[in-house]
This record gives sequence, C-alpha cells and structure tokens, in this order.
Amino acid sequence: MRTSLLVLVLLAGSVHAEDRPLEARTHALAQQLRCLVCQNQTIADSNAPLAVDLKNRVRDQLAAGRSEAQVIEDLTARYGDFVLYKPPVKPTTWLLWLGPALLALGALAGLAWSLRRRAQQPETAFEPDPEDGEDLR
Amino acid sequence: MIPELGHFALWFALGLAALLAVLPPLGAHRRRADWMALAAPLNKGLGLTVLLSYLCLTWAFVQFDFSVAYVARHSNSELPLAYRIAAVWGGHEGSLLLWALLLVGWMGALQRKAGNLPPALLARVLGVMGALSFGFLLFMLTTSNPFERLLPMPEEGADLNPLLQDPGMVLHPPMLYMGYVGFAVAFAFAIAALLAPEDDLQRWLRWARPWTAAAWASLTVGIALGSWWAYYELGWGGWWFWDPVENASFMPWLAGTALLHSMAVTEKRGAFRSWTLLLAILAFSLSLLGTFLVRSGVLSSVHAFATDPKRGLFILGFLVVVVGGSLGLFAARAARMGLGARFGLLSRETTLMGNNVMLLAACGAVLLGTLYPLALDALTGQKISVGPPYFDSVFVPLMAPVIVLMGVGPLLRWKQDEGPQLVRRLRGAALLAALVAGTFGWAVGGGQLSAAAWFGLALAGWVLACCAADLVERLWPRQGQGLIARWQALPRSVLSMQLAHAGVGVFIVGVTLVNSLQVERDVALAPGQGVEVAGFEFQLERLQRIEGPNYGGVQGLVRVSRGGEQVTELRPEKRVYRSSEMPMTEAAIDAGLLRDLYVSLGEPLAGSNAWIVRVYVKPFIDWIWMGCLLMACGGLLAWRDKRYRVAVAQSSAAKALAAPAAQALPGGAQGRAAP
Amino acid sequence: MKLKALIPLALFGLLALLLARGLQLNPREIPSPLIDKPAPTFELAALHEGKPALKRADLQGRVTLLNVWASWCTPCQQEHPLLVDFAKRQPGVQLIGLNYKDQREAASAWLRRLGDPYHAIGFDERGQIGIEFGVYGVPETFIIDRQGRIRFKHVGPLTAELMRERIEPLLTQL
Repeated sequence: MRTSLLVLVLLAGSVHAEDRPLEARTHALAQQLRCLVCQNQTIADSNAPLAVDLKNRVRDQLAAGRSEAQVIEDLTARYGDFVLYKPPVKPTTWLLWLGPALLALGALAGLAWSLRRRAQQPETAFEPDPEDGEDLR
Repeated sequence: MIPELGHFALWFALGLAALLAVLPPLGAHRRRADWMALAAPLNKGLGLTVLLSYLCLTWAFVQFDFSVAYVARHSNSELPLAYRIAAVWGGHEGSLLLWALLLVGWMGALQRKAGNLPPALLARVLGVMGALSFGFLLFMLTTSNPFERLLPMPEEGADLNPLLQDPGMVLHPPMLYMGYVGFAVAFAFAIAALLAPEDDLQRWLRWARPWTAAAWASLTVGIALGSWWAYYELGWGGWWFWDPVENASFMPWLAGTALLHSMAVTEKRGAFRSWTLLLAILAFSLSLLGTFLVRSGVLSSVHAFATDPKRGLFILGFLVVVVGGSLGLFAARAARMGLGARFGLLSRETTLMGNNVMLLAACGAVLLGTLYPLALDALTGQKISVGPPYFDSVFVPLMAPVIVLMGVGPLLRWKQDEGPQLVRRLRGAALLAALVAGTFGWAVGGGQLSAAAWFGLALAGWVLACCAADLVERLWPRQGQGLIARWQALPRSVLSMQLAHAGVGVFIVGVTLVNSLQVERDVALAPGQGVEVAGFEFQLERLQRIEGPNYGGVQGLVRVSRGGEQVTELRPEKRVYRSSEMPMTEAAIDAGLLRDLYVSLGEPLAGSNAWIVRVYVKPFIDWIWMGCLLMACGGLLAWRDKRYRVAVAQSSAAKALAAPAAQALPGGAQGRAAP
Repeated sequence: MKLKALIPLALFGLLALLLARGLQLNPREIPSPLIDKPAPTFELAALHEGKPALKRADLQGRVTLLNVWASWCTPCQQEHPLLVDFAKRQPGVQLIGLNYKDQREAASAWLRRLGDPYHAIGFDERGQIGIEFGVYGVPETFIIDRQGRIRFKHVGPLTAELMRERIEPLLTQL
C-alpha cells in the first residue's frame, strides 16, 4: 500500500519531474515574455488563453532543441519587441540601457562640482554654525 | 436627495477653496491681518463641506442607492457592509473624493497644530493647499462627478471588483493617498518659503519635517500593503512587478526619502536649502505625476483606472500649472536662499548629499524605464516593453552605494570628521557585518546561495552592523552616565533613524534570500495526490464546493507535513464572484518568520478530477514587509519627536519677547549673511 | 536668476510635451512586424464539408483579404455585415477566413445565421496558425498581395470608414 502510494506520488510529480529542466527553462523564459492581451502580465503568470498558447509554444520549441535566443527570435518576428519585458539592446534603446549609469555618473559629478564650488567660497558667504545644544555626532 | 446634497457640498467647497487660495496669501503679501485671519474659517468650512460630501457618497453606498452611477458600477446588493464602505474609493471618481478628503484633513490638522506658526506662513501654506484642493474639486466637478445619476435605476449593481474585496486592498489606497497628500504639506511649505524668502527658512523646516516624516511613513505602509496584497491575492507569489502604477508610487517614495534626508541637513546645518526646496517640490510633483499616469490611459497597467482622454488632459493641465508654476518660482527665487553653514569634505553632510543624489538617480532611472516605451512610441512609433528584467538589473547597482552610505553616514560627524577615527569606527562595523552576514548566510542557505545573494547579505549586514555600532557608541556608559541615563538622553531622531535604517537592512535580507532560495512547483494533483517541495510534503486531501456571501467556488484541503509530522493545513480557493463571473484565486499561505508555505489553485485539468496546483516555499519573504514596517515605525517616531514642538515654542517665545539680546535659538533671530 | 535653476523647469517642460503626445497614443496597439514580409507557411483543415480548406499556396497569385474570426467573439458579429458586403462588391479580391480557437458546429451555425462571404475558411482549432500570423485577439484582418506578402494588418472590428479610407485604396494599388 505504501509503495503504491509512493509510486502514485512520484507519478503525480513525475510528469513534471523528468521535465523539470524543461519546465524550469520554460518558466524562466515565460517570465520575460509579455502577455499581449493582458494589461501588464507575463505569460508565466497569466491564465489568458493566448498566454497559455504562447507558453506551450515556448515549451514545445525548447523541447525540440531550440535555444532561448531562437525562441525569442521566433516570437519577436511575429509580435515585435513589445513581447519582451527585457528590451533588446539596439540603437533605439541605447539611451534606456545607458541612461541609469549616465544618471548616476552625472549626479555624482554634479555633487563633486557643487562641493568644490562650495569649498572655493569665501568664509563670509557662509552662515555661522547653528547651535543646537546637541552634539555634533 | 443625499447624493444631490453631496454634489452641492462639492460646489460649495470649490468656492471656499478658491477663496482660501486667493485671500490669505494675498493678505500675507500685503500684510493684511484680516485677510490672513480668513484662512482659519475658510479652511474649516472647506474641511466640513468635503467631509459632508464624502459622507453622502458613503451613505449612497451603504444604502444600496444604485441610482447613483458610481455606486451602481462598484457595488451590488450582496456586497458586505465593510466593503460597501470601502467601495467609495474603489473607482476613479470616489478615490478622487478620498484624495480631497485626506487633503483637507491634513489642512485641518495643520491648522489645529499651527498654534505658534506665524500667520503669514500659515496663510500661505493653507493658501497653496487650498489651491490644490481647488484643482482636485474642479477635476471632480467637471470630469469625474461621483454623484452622477443613472436613470433608469438598475436593479442590481455591477459589484465591486473582486480583487478589491479584501482587507489589504481596502487599506492600500488610503495609506498611499495619505502619503501623497502629506507631501503636499512639504510642498506648500516650500512654496510659502519661496514666496517670502526673507522669512526664516529654518523655522518652516522645523514645522514641515514631522509632517513629511508622517507622510513618508504612510506612503511606506501604503506601498508595502500593495506589495503584500499582490503576493497573497494574485496567486503567483510575486510581490513587485515594476508595473507603471507601482513605479508611480515608488518614485515619490524615493524623492520623499531624499527630501527627509535633505531636510535633516538643512535643519541641522542650514546647508543645501535650495536642494531641500526642490526636493519638496519634486516629491509632490511625482505624486501628481503618478496620479496622471494611473488615470490618463497613457500607460498600460493592471492597476489603471478606467481611462478617459478628457480626464488625462485635465490632470496634465493641472500638472503644468502646479509643477510648472512651482519650478518657475523656484528658478526665480532659489538664488536668494543662501548657503548655510560650512562643512568639510569628510562629513555627514557630504554623505547625506551623496545619498540624495544617488536616490534621485535611482528615481530618474525608474522614471526613464517607465516612460521610455511612451517616448519611443511618440518619437518613432516603435513599441517596446520595459519590465522586471530591466528594472532589476538597473536598480540594484544604483541603490548599492546608497545602502553603503546609509551605514557610513550616521557614523560620521557633522561639519568635519577625521579620517583615522572614522576608519576605526567603520572597521568595527565592517567586521561585525562580515561576521553576522557570514554566519547567517551559512546557516540559512549554506552553499546554495549565489554570489548575488552573498552580496545582498553583505549589504544588509553592513547596514545593521552600522546601526548597532552607532547605538553602542551612543549608549556606552561613560563620564558618570550609565546606560539608562544615556538611553534617556538619546534623541528620538537618532532612534527613529536607526529604526528606519534597520528596516532597510531587514528588507534587503528578505529580498535577497527569497530570490535566492525560493522554490516553485506547478503540478497536477488529484485528490489524494501530493508533492514534495523543499523538504515539505504537500498532500491534496480533497476538493469541495463552497459558497460565500457573493461568490461560489472550489476549496482544496492541503495537508502540509515535514518529516512525517503535520505542519499545517492550507485551504486554497478558486472563487467565482456571482455578479461579475470573475474568477479569483485565494491563495492559502502559512506565514512564518523563516518561510512562507504558499499554495494556490490554478486550473482544473480537463477530463480528470485533478487541478493544476502551485506550491511555493518562500524563505524569509515576510522579512520584506517586516522591514517596511520597521521603516514606517522609524518615520512615525520621527513625527513624534518632541524637539520640534519645544523648539518652536521657544522660538516664538523669543519673538514675542522681541529682546534684542535674546539667545541665538535655532531658527531664532539670527541674521543672514549677505549672499 | 541663475540659469542652473531653470534646468528642472526645462526638464519638466519636455516631460509635459511627451505626456501630452502620449494622450493621443494608444499603448495597447501593437503594430505588426510582419508587414512587407511573406506570409507564414501553413496548412489548415476545412471548417466543414463543402467548404475549401486553406493553405499557403492559396495566397499566391491573387490579392487576399484574410479575416480572423470566431463565433464567440462579439465584435466579429459587428463587422461581419461589412465583409458580406465586401465579398459582393469586390469579387476580384479573395476573401478568406481563419476560424480561430473555435468549435466547428458553433462556427458553422454562426455563418449560417450571419452569412458566409468567405471563399475558403481555415479551421485553426488550437490557434497555432494564428500565432504564426502574430494574431493576439479577434477580430483581425490582413491584406496579402499577389506575391504572398502581408501588406496591412488591422486589429479590431472593421468599420465602414476604415474600409473606405485605408483598405479599398490599398487594394486598388495591389
């Protein structure tokens, strides 16, 4: 009895157990792909029929030996870059991908410049220390 | 009748708001005490009329008045009372009324506590907030009337969106709006300061700071609630999606955090005044921008309200007037603000400003990612999506320096610190961090943790160790003062800071570990079958039909055990709400300090009695929201800091005495150096 | 006035312009990347006896209007009279249907009720061929030229205005 229960448990999980690498790969890829009929969800999370269809398509293609890049290529050929939640790096998205680094560098540069200008100001430009009765730490 | 009364009250409020926006500020400008004195009664009237209007709408919901179109769209006869009351803010029109109510509520609270505030300042602040109220009321009355009638009256309402019929979702909008509206207080103070730059800035800061802290705490809770709700309600175990509407609430939070820190510098040292003013304008502007993004249809999002270009146009106009006007005023007046006190390169001021610029860079990055699809579409017609893969890869590197600085800053002295002493302090903290992070990481994950996870733990450890190091140094008995004495002498502001920072540390632990260690399985289970996940056995015992007040569905009984011993029973449900026929997943979660066990029902398999069941084991996920709660507690504690009240009382007493030889109190009678 | 202080205002100005433009755009509309590309290869079974099936070769040599529809789709019902009318007015254009994720009986009954203007219908039960065409909802309508290249795609129901102003002028050019 226990053995057959164990077999049953294994079987229930096993449909996916042997495919676990495939399921994991499908899931990982599905989390990067957009469900086109939903407002803003991945095909991994959406239960919409199209999302299920697309997820199956991804799984079938991965199972047939195609790579993640090829699956992405297949879907973008039909639906455009809109279907990718990770925007491809192209001239039109350079600003998007480089932007944050530029912002950070610009911000730090701005701060450095501002601090230096401040250091160059004569003493009279500043106000006396406000006294607070609190230690300076 | 009641709806008409509510509608009329809104018109009356509009008139009062207009008067409040014009007369008292004009009075402040022309030094007419009688006009300034109008602020108090106008404010009170405004508050009462908006409250009346809100109560009328609530009444319509409670009494099932489906002749009101808004009620018919968001309620029905089976909706329980609690949700009928909450349904007031379940849609666009009613949520605007909630905005307005909270705004006048803050104005009322401000007036009650105003006591010592100079009449001119109060008049201007209330005037600005009155102008904001005017905008919101006008918006409602011209494009989004909650009291519009629906004739002939339908027999049955459409029901509140089932997603909103949930306690977490009920609290989420009010807390968020409390935050947004609270930032309006800082905004109003900033405008008032810019309008009268000769007045003492330090004083308005003392005033604005606790309100800003309270607003920030509220926004933190609001965002955390939304995240927690998404986790337990949406059924796929995620807690943050970088959805445009989520980002719309996160950007004001980032700016608000920068604002709080900048206020600290300006208040303590008088430095970076224009920055603080700009940040006050920015935080509220981002709140308004968020309102625009959510209600205009410009971005596609699960959260977006039903959209209407006319509404979008109005909010955009409102944005242009408010933000454009305030930034224009800033450009004109900021130069008069003065430089404040001097500080050296190695000082707390520097780290605070470094922290602020990086927070703003992070905020800018989120804005970039959120609006880029729109910009690309507008300029080239190309459509792209920017989602979690982008934001995750971009946001973490920007925040890492902020986290590091968060630890360093409190350990630095103001004005000027010395290198060797600082290194000594930091070294101790670093050792403690490494020890704690290393031990903890090994205990919970061992070899399973990725490099990214170790990095996250290191950051969290750093923050927590620095908090501990700072507290130790402040509480260590010395010079005749024992532990208790030093504890009592500890300023509340320091404690609130440590709490908030510790909250961030706890949050990072949660995010890092759950991302690294979580296990998800989707399996098909028939009653009697089970699956093993991460050492736990999940056994689906049975599935049965259930009936609720306004829904029906299927409930599963899942027995969870570990090593043969039962851990818990979980009852995930799949509901169908009768009126809308909308299916909803109610996940069953066993929450724990160290892990959540999460089970939700997916879809039934055609041709068998099995269902797709999602089983997740999520270690440390509750640390995410515990961290947020700690942060909010820090914010609330800062709000309650007695220093502000005492200092203001002293300051106004000095003014009343008008003694030329009065001591130089904070924000007192100091002159300002010529710029 | 320091120029530096104008930067925030200037940035906001740009933002406001972008948002104003955004109000005129539709974020849910997805243009097809298949325009000017050859239609995908496919072969579909017939909907019912007496109705020709559909395969890729059928798209060669004639101008085609491919309409994706389903019996469970309400907007399809709204646009259908336009298609019935179109078939009569433009016999030179091959009007074919792609029955998307439907059931044979329901689809046949629907056509019996509303009229069958299609020269041929492909029965795409699982929606796989729809995905090949980049279909993400119904109804959608494609115009394919004689060389089998997709030249136009419309998402949503057809309107008389659309037929008049976009579709028919394009057809005369092909």
